[in-house]
Amino acid sequence: MFNAETIIHPPGTSTKEREPSAYQWPGEGMSRIPDWIYTSQHIYDEEVRRIFHGHTWNFVALEVEVPAAGDFKRSYVGPTPVVVSRDEDGAIHVFENRCVHRGVEFCRQSRGNVAEFVCPYHQWSYDLKGNLQGIPFRRGVKGEKDSGMPADFKPSDHNLRKLKVEVLHGVVFASFDATMEPVAEYLGAEILEDFEVVFKGRQLKLLGYYRNELPGNWKLYHENLKDPYHATLLHSFLVTFGLLVAGSKTAMIADPSGRHGTMASRKPDDVTKIVDSSTASQMRAYRTDLTLEDRRFLDFVPEFDSPWTVTMQTIWPNLIVQRELNTLGIRHIVPNGPHGQVMIWTMFGYATDDEDMTRHRLRQGNLMGPSGFLGLEDNEAIKFLQEGVRRSPSDVGIVKLGGTTEGTGGIISESAIRSLYRHYREVMAL
Amino acid sequence: MKIPGYEPRAVEAQAARAARLDIEDFHADYSDLLDLGDLERWPEYFTDDCLYVVTARENAEAGLPVGLIYAEGRGMIRDRAFAVKHTQMFAPRYLQHFVSNVRVLAIEGDEVRAQSNYQVLQTLVEGPTTLLQSGRYYDTFRRVGGRLLIRERRCIYETTLIANDVVYPI
Repeated sequence: MFNAETIIHPPGTSTKEREPSAYQWPGEGMSRIPDWIYTSQHIYDEEVRRIFHGHTWNFVALEVEVPAAGDFKRSYVGPTPVVVSRDEDGAIHVFENRCVHRGVEFCRQSRGNVAEFVCPYHQWSYDLKGNLQGIPFRRGVKGEKDSGMPADFKPSDHNLRKLKVEVLHGVVFASFDATMEPVAEYLGAEILEDFEVVFKGRQLKLLGYYRNELPGNWKLYHENLKDPYHATLLHSFLVTFGLLVAGSKTAMIADPSGRHGTMASRKPDDVTKIVDSSTASQMRAYRTDLTLEDRRFLDFVPEFDSPWTVTMQTIWPNLIVQRELNTLGIRHIVPNGPHGQVMIWTMFGYATDDEDMTRHRLRQGNLMGPSGFLGLEDNEAIKFLQEGVRRSPSDVGIVKLGGTTEGTGGIISESAIRSLYRHYREVMAL
Repeated sequence: MKIPGYEPRAVEAQAARAARLDIEDFHADYSDLLDLGDLERWPEYFTDDCLYVVTARENAEAGLPVGLIYAEGRGMIRDRAFAVKHTQMFAPRYLQHFVSNVRVLAIEGDEVRAQSNYQVLQTLVEGPTTLLQSGRYYDTFRRVGGRLLIRERRCIYETTLIANDVVYPI
């Protein structure tokens, strides 16, 4: 069921809207989160302005999606439609998917190859860099008075709105802010390390897409992956098979700004050796009756120079990099109002994979995505949270695990969530 | 994968009609067990060496192999059935499958290749009944001991933007 089909207290009926000046963060330091950051249209509009259109790098594509000249992809920066295009010289450009003439969202296909972009309405045309090339009847028709564009109209003043672009290890980022520092600097050393494990020196092989609406505020997906506590409790597959379990080697790494994170863990050789009876009794998801008839599914084929078998990276504000054993992918968050987001999952392997390795990744892909054994549980939990904050008159959540620490923390800690909201409050002036 | 279909029927009409009746019976039984949530019996409808893939039409047309659900062999079918039935966390729901437009494309030895359109309706607690998926089955059945089993089923859906998740099999 899509968000728009909700019957009881649907989005837009929130009682938690207030005058802009009344959005005051509740006291007690960073230990409480107000519901209105997930429900308010005013806050959402400010997020788009200050975060997605502000001083951030946003994921828009993988280079492998647009390998040749003329290749393009429909994409998004925050909720804003953009086009990613590769020109004749091999350079990648990102521009708004909005004709400068009347505002038509001209690019309609998910991916494709063109010589130029032509708006279907009045056929204004743009080159692969987003420059306005042609206007039909620019000089008017002969014999008609006041026909065509004014003589002083300069096409070069009316190119598509272009974003700043940087490609780092085959990942394409874009920003509305022309003053952005290099992406590597934006990520910081802590985050760059595990990002490079997946991408540096690798030629990717595209395996395909999943797309879903997720009826929960976009920030909840970041929180979910800065929250190793839930992973040890909600997900029977993580716990039972030791992919992330209390007692195994894990880390919840935050960058110094607090906005990015890496949830990392190392799969133990034998999970039964680290789960003792007192730990097991606290984890309902630890299921001794859950066994696999096909054990290949959770095999780990070593292919990375890393101490971790799993890293889930949250790259602010719209990118998740997934390395769960050998299943690799990115999740592109498209915020869709305060009550929802669209998630575009791009699954990939490496060009060097043989058929067996590709099939291994496809089998293991059952962990993730909107039908994955982990993915679907996250989507359900986030939906339930959004319904709770939207429908209940109570208006604050608590994040006190691990005390008042911020930044890198342990597995039973909400330290990385607190540091995210420290950063968020600064940017949002809340 | 290149999507099959849109191909002239190479099967003699009477043989195609006979096979179509068997396939329609198969669809009715298969849909019924999924609609009732009787997942323990789901693996009984597959051969040991089966392939079961659910994927968006955009992937199928672009030759991209990913599966929203991807199972090689009946073991993986059984593992998914157990997980969904016994360990996964999700809101309760009812499903109803509707299968139509069965076309028999080929009969070769003990195997029958066919395509059928499907729609799956979903009902959540306190929600309206909505369309979960609209798509097409591309099937290869094998006759084993007088009954059809799935050797290959590709569920190619056009409802590209999924409403949160797809929990039960298609």
